[in-house]
Amino acid sequence: MSRPRPEPIQQVKQRRDAALAALVQSVPYIQFLGVTFDRRGNELTGQLNYHDTLIGNPRLPALHGGATAAFLEITAMITLNWSVLWERVENGQLDPEDMARGNLPRQPKTIDFSVDYLRSGLPRDAYARARVWRSGRRYASVHVEAWQDDKEKLLAQATGHFLMAQAED
Amino acid sequence: MDEMLEQARAFIQSLPHARALGMELIEFGGGSAKIIMPYDDKLIGDPQTRVIHGGAVSALMDTCCGAAVMSHPSRPTTTATIDLRIDYMRSATPGQTITTTATCHHATRSVAFVRAVAVDEDTALPVATATGAFTVELPA
Repeated sequence: MSRPRPEPIQQVKQRRDAALAALVQSVPYIQFLGVTFDRRGNELTGQLNYHDTLIGNPRLPALHGGATAAFLEITAMITLNWSVLWERVENGQLDPEDMARGNLPRQPKTIDFSVDYLRSGLPRDAYARARVWRSGRRYASVHVEAWQDDKEKLLAQATGHFLMAQAED
Repeated sequence: MDEMLEQARAFIQSLPHARALGMELIEFGGGSAKIIMPYDDKLIGDPQTRVIHGGAVSALMDTCCGAAVMSHPSRPTTTATIDLRIDYMRSATPGQTITTTATCHHATRSVAFVRAVAVDEDTALPVATATGAFTVELPA
């Protein structure tokens, strides 16, 4: 038994990055907020790229709690969707070029989202990682944490429940 | 009363993120606030259905709950969100303005308890509801 020859690294990276880019760039609100994603293997880190319209209170100044909540929800949703689609990206069932043309699988829908604000958001970039604790046929539960300079000092955390696309209708 | 609404409207307008999302305060006082957010393509969360992103609804809920705290008769000088939970009951209809009404049910010297409801043009079934706790800073 000889194992199949592994794919060239560039081909692997190109496929994964193109699939992720198609998911992220298709959503106008993610572009409006300025959220981007770093990928290492299947692990994602969201980045809220600072700009002045993210500010809530201009006197402090501090990030708007709504911008923080939206960033957490985007990171939770993209991480969940990515984890669900990962296998189909890897085995070639999903074609990243086709995805980029707008042929995207239906995304999960948020059922509820609960945000715990721990610190005032500084006027600079924020980062977030989500963990999918349960992903069933119908429901998923996702926890997400955001930080700025020091990963040990969280800016905010949230838990959300999602309805999977296959469960609808 | 109208002067208080005008001041509060100007305050909401001075928040860069609220302005960027197109929020407008239309009622303010007695621990309640109402804010509208017109539909805009930049708020879309699902490109296939053109439904706005839950995050935009969260930002609206957060702003409106904060405004309700500020309108409480104890006249807090400032407030910040401790926690906020949103229940998304249905997709907002694309093209329609979201209207959020928040009520501060109780404010102690330190904490305010707030609930909010968001509707689109079909006011019978809410798009989302929210429950939150907020910090309170009272005048010295």
